[in-house]
Amino acid sequence: MFEDMIKHPTVWLQGDGSEAEIVLSSRVRMARNISGLRYPPHAPREDREKVLEYATRAIEDEENKKLLRGRLVYMDDIDSLNRNFLVERHLVSPEFMQNLPSRGLFIGADERICIMVNEEDHLRIQAITSGLAAEESFDLANKVDDSLSKMLEFDFDADFGYLTSCPTNVGTGLRASVLIHLPGLVLTRDIDSVISRITKLGLAVRGFYGEGTDVSGNLFQVSNQTTLGRTEADIIDSIQQVTDQIIEYENAARERLFNDARMQIEDKIWRAYGILKNARVLSSEEVMNLLSAVRLGYGMGVLKNIELPLINELLLLSRSAHLQKLVGKDMDSEERDIARADLVREKLSGI
Amino acid sequence: MLCQDCNKNEATIHLTQIVDNEKVDLNLCKSCAEKRGFHNPFEKIPFPLAEFLTGMLRERGDKTGTQLQALKCPNCGFTFGDFSKSGRLGCGSCYTAFRTQLKDLLRKVHGSSEHHGKTPSTTVEELKPIRKERKLKEELRKAIEEENFEEAARLRDKLKEIFEECNG
Ligand SMILES: [Zn+2]
Ligand SMILES: [Zn+2]
Repeated sequence: MFEDMIKHPTVWLQGDGSEAEIVLSSRVRMARNISGLRYPPHAPREDREKVLEYATRAIEDEENKKLLRGRLVYMDDIDSLNRNFLVERHLVSPEFMQNLPSRGLFIGADERICIMVNEEDHLRIQAITSGLAAEESFDLANKVDDSLSKMLEFDFDADFGYLTSCPTNVGTGLRASVLIHLPGLVLTRDIDSVISRITKLGLAVRGFYGEGTDVSGNLFQVSNQTTLGRTEADIIDSIQQVTDQIIEYENAARERLFNDARMQIEDKIWRAYGILKNARVLSSEEVMNLLSAVRLGYGMGVLKNIELPLINELLLLSRSAHLQKLVGKDMDSEERDIARADLVREKLSGI
Repeated sequence: MLCQDCNKNEATIHLTQIVDNEKVDLNLCKSCAEKRGFHNPFEKIPFPLAEFLTGMLRERGDKTGTQLQALKCPNCGFTFGDFSKSGRLGCGSCYTAFRTQLKDLLRKVHGSSEHHGKTPSTTVEELKPIRKERKLKEELRKAIEEENFEEAARLRDKLKEIFEECNG
């Protein structure tokens, strides 16, 4: 299953687009509910099945197919390895993997669009773009919303806007987020003050969790906290602006590191590169942190031969489910650590 | 263990952060963890909804608090108590049933209780195939319940027509 997908890196990791050295991807998610049916967490099975039926027909409608080229899969048919694979590709939320009946997932041909059916809301429309491009992602998700609403009537209230299962999403139902790499700010230890400044601006910052609860790879996710009382354009605009500001902070931190501790930083980068090229055993956490250093090396012009798409690809392929699918068998964590090191060495061997 | 930031509250959130390739352990209370931007992934009710909800019920005292908890959505049977436990509503009509309370809550959570974003692009008049079908199915169910078989037969034909239109 999904064998074709693993051969190609997913679009949000292609490393192009604006500010791609620092911003990995920009994602937009819209929550919608079909009127007259109860909301998924507590809905009876018949309502959930109706949601899936209506969503399937709206997605597979001839007119909508022009925009929605791809595949529709049912979560009941997907084993846990492949579910993890989808989570690692950011196509579904970790919550979506829990075995609740009548869950469906549409995956666009290039993985830029996906639609979760019966997550916390009936529909979660997602669009994702490489680099800093929240507006582009929004435009895409918005088009999908418009075309689906030709077939489906969504819960909408004149005061509250689009209604959602959780009141934190009500109104626009819009959550925009950027995945951002901030090794400079972590190294200069300015990250906490930057996070608190962003939080004061009404945005949420979260560490990017790998396996478990560790913040790994100096990756952070910045997203809007509120969804009601502002226009969609306003929300997207504030994400873009704040991200621009964070990029400025990150670049300033990198410059300071370069001026004050050039040798130490270069040493750290080259060592990370050396380990990746030579290690025989690599844990997923270690690989995330080493790749973070290499990514910094690329951004600071220290490592000149390595390309951004390759670094991004390794970030994804070295995660557990991807690794097991690549190798073609289930592995325990010890076997994975060895396979991970093999994969990384092989991918870096040409450089 | 006390929270390392405020040294006042019990640390309930334990995280490991990687700084400078070194593991740094963080032991924080909930509010300090939120201040640093960490979100407890196991918490079901999203911040800051949970705080406002408990505050709302506490403010009203026992008697009105209990009355509030018993408030019920006529469509799905969800009570305000169910909502305050799960942080989730049961259906779209819950927003009507709990409108006053939700207005208050939304103002606290979002700083506004008024939608300014887009509106659905289709109007109710131009019922699209699926909506039309759902409406017919509902009417058909009623007609059968009321043993109005003539009407039921008419609706069944109409449904068939739509089905053929969609698949033709
Ligand atoms: Zn504290
Ligand atoms: Zn309800």
